[in-house]
Amino acid sequence: MTNMIGCDVLVIGAGSGGLAAAKAAREHGAGSVVVLERNAYAGGILRQCIHDGFGLIRYGKILTGPEYAYKAYHEALRSGAEVLLGRHVANITPDRAVTLYSKGGIETYKAGAIVLATGCRERTRGAISIPGSRPAGIYTAGVAQRLINCQNILIGKRVVILGSGDIGMIMARRLKLEGISVVAVIEAMARPSGLARNVSQCLYDYGIPLYVNTTITEIIGKKRVEAVRIASVDERMKPIQGTESVLECDTLVLSVGLIPENEVALTCGVRVNDDNSVVTDDFLQTSVRGVFSCGNSRHIMDLADYVSEQGETAGGNAAKYILGQPLDAWDESRTSCMKKGFPDDNTVTCTICPSGCQIGWNRANDTFTGNRCPRGKLFARQEMTDPVRTVTTTVRIHNSNIETLVPVRSIKPVPKDEVINVVRSLNGICLDEMEDGDRIEVPLKCGGIAEMIADKEIKEC
Amino acid sequence: MTEVYDIIIIGAGAVGCAIAREFSRYRLNVAVLEKERDVAYGTSGRNSAVVHAGFNNKTGSLMARLCVEGNEGFEDTARMLGVPYRKTGKILVAFDRDDMEELGRIIEQGEANGCQGLRLIDGNELHEIAPDIGGIGGMLSPNTAIFDPFEYCIALAENAHANGVSFRFGSEVCSISKEDDLFVVTAGSDEYRSRYVINSAGLYSDRVSAMVGIDDYTLYPCRGEYYILDKIAEAYLSIPAYPVPKPGIGGLGVHLTPTIDGNIIIGPSAEYIGERDDYSSTSDIMDKLWNEACNLLPRIERRHIIGSYCGIRPKQAPPGEGGFRDFVIKEEKSVPGFINLIGIESPGLTAAVPIAGMVVDIVREHENLEEKPDYIKYREPRIRFRELNIEERQRLIEENPEYGEIVCRCQMVTKAEIREAIENVFGTVSISSVKYRAWATTGRCNGGYCLAKITDMLINEYGIVPDKITYRGCGSEMYFGNVK
Repeated sequence: MTNMIGCDVLVIGAGSGGLAAAKAAREHGAGSVVVLERNAYAGGILRQCIHDGFGLIRYGKILTGPEYAYKAYHEALRSGAEVLLGRHVANITPDRAVTLYSKGGIETYKAGAIVLATGCRERTRGAISIPGSRPAGIYTAGVAQRLINCQNILIGKRVVILGSGDIGMIMARRLKLEGISVVAVIEAMARPSGLARNVSQCLYDYGIPLYVNTTITEIIGKKRVEAVRIASVDERMKPIQGTESVLECDTLVLSVGLIPENEVALTCGVRVNDDNSVVTDDFLQTSVRGVFSCGNSRHIMDLADYVSEQGETAGGNAAKYILGQPLDAWDESRTSCMKKGFPDDNTVTCTICPSGCQIGWNRANDTFTGNRCPRGKLFARQEMTDPVRTVTTTVRIHNSNIETLVPVRSIKPVPKDEVINVVRSLNGICLDEMEDGDRIEVPLKCGGIAEMIADKEIKEC
Repeated sequence: MTEVYDIIIIGAGAVGCAIAREFSRYRLNVAVLEKERDVAYGTSGRNSAVVHAGFNNKTGSLMARLCVEGNEGFEDTARMLGVPYRKTGKILVAFDRDDMEELGRIIEQGEANGCQGLRLIDGNELHEIAPDIGGIGGMLSPNTAIFDPFEYCIALAENAHANGVSFRFGSEVCSISKEDDLFVVTAGSDEYRSRYVINSAGLYSDRVSAMVGIDDYTLYPCRGEYYILDKIAEAYLSIPAYPVPKPGIGGLGVHLTPTIDGNIIIGPSAEYIGERDDYSSTSDIMDKLWNEACNLLPRIERRHIIGSYCGIRPKQAPPGEGGFRDFVIKEEKSVPGFINLIGIESPGLTAAVPIAGMVVDIVREHENLEEKPDYIKYREPRIRFRELNIEERQRLIEENPEYGEIVCRCQMVTKAEIREAIENVFGTVSISSVKYRAWATTGRCNGGYCLAKITDMLINEYGIVPDKITYRGCGSEMYFGNVK
């Protein structure tokens, strides 16, 4: 009934890993490279990550998620890879026949090699069994992010966030910027689980309370969330009696971990670990020959840049596999330099590169500690005297009865205290259209203007 | 002007919907009043989804008789209405000699009730049937089955609706009086007149009864908590596995049941609680459930858990007494035309159709019920893309490309199925109504992938503003409008 379509390298997933894999496969000599993406857009989760902080390693500059996705997508296209959207892969056989569903029907590809780049999903309330009721108003951070940043939907007005992973902290800041009250971020461990730079720039910048060694023991509210009960936990993570208190809120956002998404991979018999990550050798090859894995579906990673790098290795190896060439080993050590948890006291967390140096500055004799490069000094001095931030937000576009949000960012950083003002000013406007590179000027309270530019990906939406 | 009905049914659970369908065979003007925004929001949608055989209930009781009858007719009803059903059988698992002795007694009771095929099995046979289950032996009940309780209630209601029954959702009955020969039933600002009133209000049936002055019933809500496991554990169990029931617990013990869709459910506990709508899970019970489930099926792991839920039994037996009191199904002599159904807990779901038959028979005593010549017996089964073979799927996509768009990736639900669920005959639109019909959001990601897509459809294709999208009706608003 369905014809087999042959291709050299088939990549499943058009997120940062898959797009980089496709490009690398082409560059290493694969003739036909096809990327299958179930969503109607490429870029994966990056498309909803409108904040900046991407691209430092790969492009040497700080990009927003949509900008990074745009680059990765167009690099893949330019390399000659074919990126097919709206393709839902249902099944892979051990001999690399891939069956997919789309509006056009059911198709089967027969690939010389496969790269699994299926990303991850979020751990849910169900999976961690939080006691209490089951009202409306409980969202994972990624769903909240999609609804707010892409669909302009207000998920709540008073939010408690469980878990201090990076997405949780980034969402805390986003909520605050959009005028939503963030009651607290709750973390069961003794320190935040995300990057120090996010603790600093998402929580500290906005005075968002962070309760560590604390957990939610009950969700309260029959129809909509009304409150959560919290309690301190002991060293075995068990709630300590007598420490309970109630936080009133209408929404609970969960940032309680990511699970590699490998259910499609499992259909071809790929071995996975207990945490659902894929078992691979040093060359990112899975237990099924010719099937490679990269990015968050292989193992949860901290930065999109690392996902791209790993995708590159996996895609390159997929090409080499079919050409009978020796494979490249992936260097696991490259991804472990990020500073996590609380920033050190009396220091600033440098965001110029992902190292996240904790830099101290002695004003009296103008000496610095903790910086691994000279740029850190400049950053620390600026941060301690006149802190600035790039503003990232969205602008409403109303075009022939369809409303969309377009991600924008400031061309230059603005004083830290002006960020909320800029976001709120932009929330009041609605444009008919915004083209790539169009600029919007927002007056600053301190005088001057913030120049906002649309991310280079609007037309791909 | 108020509407005059022959029959008003209060409550759109399985029993209320089955009664509506039974009456819809006749030339009668029938309405169902339901306080929630959809069918099966109460106990009917919160249970183990098992068609019981009838051996657990006391011989001679209504529970025993109606359960056995219900079991015998279930497959036919399910087929006529297009409801997923599978006769899996069921095992009761014995862990010691005492359990085996108790099983002997249960078989005797079951046979007296009319259950067919009950027999003891030894350890070898137990492990052939369910290789991963612990225990030294047990009992096999071949006629026990599993089914989809949501689709069952929806199907009963849709079939009744197709035959002219009118369903009023969001209609919470607050008073019932009698004027001349007619009942006047008030729900919110609406008033309905009817010659008969059937009280199938489940957890609230004692209160509805009190509205006509009959206040000698008291229901004691008894909560059961459940876990749901990932389909990855589907292969561990193909047949419901129960412990041997301990006398007086008021439930059937924590058991493991495969669902028709391939998840395993664990539960329920049995705990008397104060409020009738407190569907909260508690950490103590959750731990207990897990430990008992691991006894039965040691292979399960915590990482398999994808969700939890609770149901509440409308028990007539107070906490001190425990156990079961028989169903009350009768016309109240002091209020002719008022038919009470009180304490319809398990096996009420299995017995819903025979219960409905009993209610019709009560009315038949007073009325000459005339059958409709154009009664529609069958309901077209819902298309479940995930259950079709590849040729059928391909054909569907060619007919309607929206079958090629997978919206819920965990359960493989297509956009066409979501659309069908949204466009249901009752016009009830909520995340839960989509969930119960299409089965989207019920998988391992709990809607992480599809919730935003369903939301987008509701807003951009159906013009529903964000703050009108609810989880399960008024008060459970999902969103508070637009961000900007």
